Amino acid sequence: MAIEKIHTENLFLHYSSKMALNNISISIPEKKITAFIGPSGCGKSTFLRSLNRMNDLIDGVKIEGKIFIDHINIYDKNIDVVTLRKKVGMVFQKSNPFAKSIFENVAYGPRINGINDKKHLDEIVETALINAAIWDEVKDRLGDSALALSGGQQQRLCIARTLAVNPEIVLMDEPASALDPLSTSKIEELIVELKEKYTIVIVTHNMQQAARISDLTAFFYLGELIEFDKTKKIFTNPEKKQTEDYITGRFG
Amino acid sequence: MIRSFKNNIKGILIEGLTLSSALLIIAIVVVMVTVIVIGGKDQISWEFLTSFPEDGMTKGGIFPAIYGTALLVILMSVAAVPFGTITAIYLTEYAKENSVIAKTIRFAVRTLAVIPSIIYGLFGLGFFIKFVGTQMDNTFMGGELKWGQPNILWASLTMALLTLPVVIVSVEEALKTVPNDLRAASLALGATKWQTIWKVVLPGSISGIMTGTILAVSRGAGEVAPILFTGVAYYVATLPASLSDQFMVLGYHIYVMTTQSANVDQTMPIQFGTTLVLLMLTFILNISAIVLRYRIRKKKSN
Ligand SMILES: Nc1ncnc2c1ncn2[C@@H]1O[C@H](COP(=O)(O)OP(=O)(O)O)[C@@H](O)[C@H]1O
Ligand SMILES: [Mg+2]
Repeated sequence: MAIEKIHTENLFLHYSSKMALNNISISIPEKKITAFIGPSGCGKSTFLRSLNRMNDLIDGVKIEGKIFIDHINIYDKNIDVVTLRKKVGMVFQKSNPFAKSIFENVAYGPRINGINDKKHLDEIVETALINAAIWDEVKDRLGDSALALSGGQQQRLCIARTLAVNPEIVLMDEPASALDPLSTSKIEELIVELKEKYTIVIVTHNMQQAARISDLTAFFYLGELIEFDKTKKIFTNPEKKQTEDYITGRFG
Repeated sequence: MIRSFKNNIKGILIEGLTLSSALLIIAIVVVMVTVIVIGGKDQISWEFLTSFPEDGMTKGGIFPAIYGTALLVILMSVAAVPFGTITAIYLTEYAKENSVIAKTIRFAVRTLAVIPSIIYGLFGLGFFIKFVGTQMDNTFMGGELKWGQPNILWASLTMALLTLPVVIVSVEEALKTVPNDLRAASLALGATKWQTIWKVVLPGSISGIMTGTILAVSRGAGEVAPILFTGVAYYVATLPASLSDQFMVLGYHIYVMTTQSANVDQTMPIQFGTTLVLLMLTFILNISAIVLRYRIRKKKSN
């Protein structure tokens, strides 16, 4: 039995006008890839954002229930959000490198953690870029602007930037949805490699992608968690009719 | 249908009227600039720009007025730019868009922007000189008069108040061009809000802050009313060396030369020369602000 990393209990989330998450209870294991699938607007991104408390930035969000990471309730009053976000990194749907050099993008996280020693930074940046499978492509031009990279490279750079902070969990919100097939398969390979060291939660609207790379799959529908199981089971023999309808393409 | 002759004539008349008033504007600008350039161009020389007035200001140069103007706008910027930037940061990064406090600040900024500049002068006199200055004299100088009178510090601070809205609005506009995606990226990496502002938002808004500064400087360089009671002098034989000194300024020098001079006709070339210098100064400043702002807008639309 795998070790539990993330655990939610009766999680409800309301935006000012409407409910987005309805009673979500889930247990996500360590060092596995867990995929969230479901039709657009069903709350996948919302749920992902509540795991590193990025929803705190949105006005009017109300959360009830509990989210535990390593058995600590991250919505407890004495939790420091900044520390939480260092532990739970996030890669966004649209790649969002800073208008800085490739090096400075990756060094950003370590620097805000007070690491300024050039040699130490060099090491961290190199390791992160290697782990994000982009080192060979950028090692000769670390000083160039990150904005000059292609879309796929930018996204891998953003992954490297996240890894440089040394998180335990990496949340990814449709990280390949804006990319061409070649970049997508590179990112997919990368994600599979990353699960050796990190717990990965990935939102995808691409069911083949979920089937290809994830160990577990959660199907969301209208703010509810309909079914959560081994990916193989979800895609071959789901328990719920709604899940079956969705994965066979009958709606969504 | 054939348009009636009467209507035709009416149409032509109206178009002609609107066109001529538009042309009149061009004509006014052309005449103004031409007169100033023709009148002033022969006066401008290295000598004129770098020497002191002579013979009761009927001869010589305008160096103290140039120096005073520069010092005034520098001190003014040192006060207005950080203060305005911090206010803009509060408005865009901290205040909720429709909160009472944000609306009140915006209302206050708009009000500041429409207050006639002479009223700033009166405020500076009442607040900085009579109140702050006198208090300082009583506290630090044992009642001896030093700060409770017009000087370049009070003039600069008064001018800073006048130009504050310009800074706030420009910086706010620039801060808003920084995509929220980048703020989210920084926060998701475990940066604090302030680290995000300092390392991502402000570096992305540098050109806006510069635009604001330049516009403020160009406004401050041309205004006379706010410093009339707070520090500008008719004539001072030495350059201001301390914050408690009075100073000369281009705009006021023009006024002095045209109305208070011992011999207005004789000093005509100096008046034109000074006017041309002031005109070129504000012109250059405004052009650079426009260029910068254009670049920001282009970046925003990308
Ligand atoms: N910032 C927000 N403010 C209000 N409603 C939102 C916000 N973000 C998402 N929603 C709503 O919450 C629901 C879930 O959205 P989301 O989590 O983005 O779904 P998904 O990622 O599965 O497409 C949608 O109905 C969406 O309109
Ligand atoms: Mg989404």
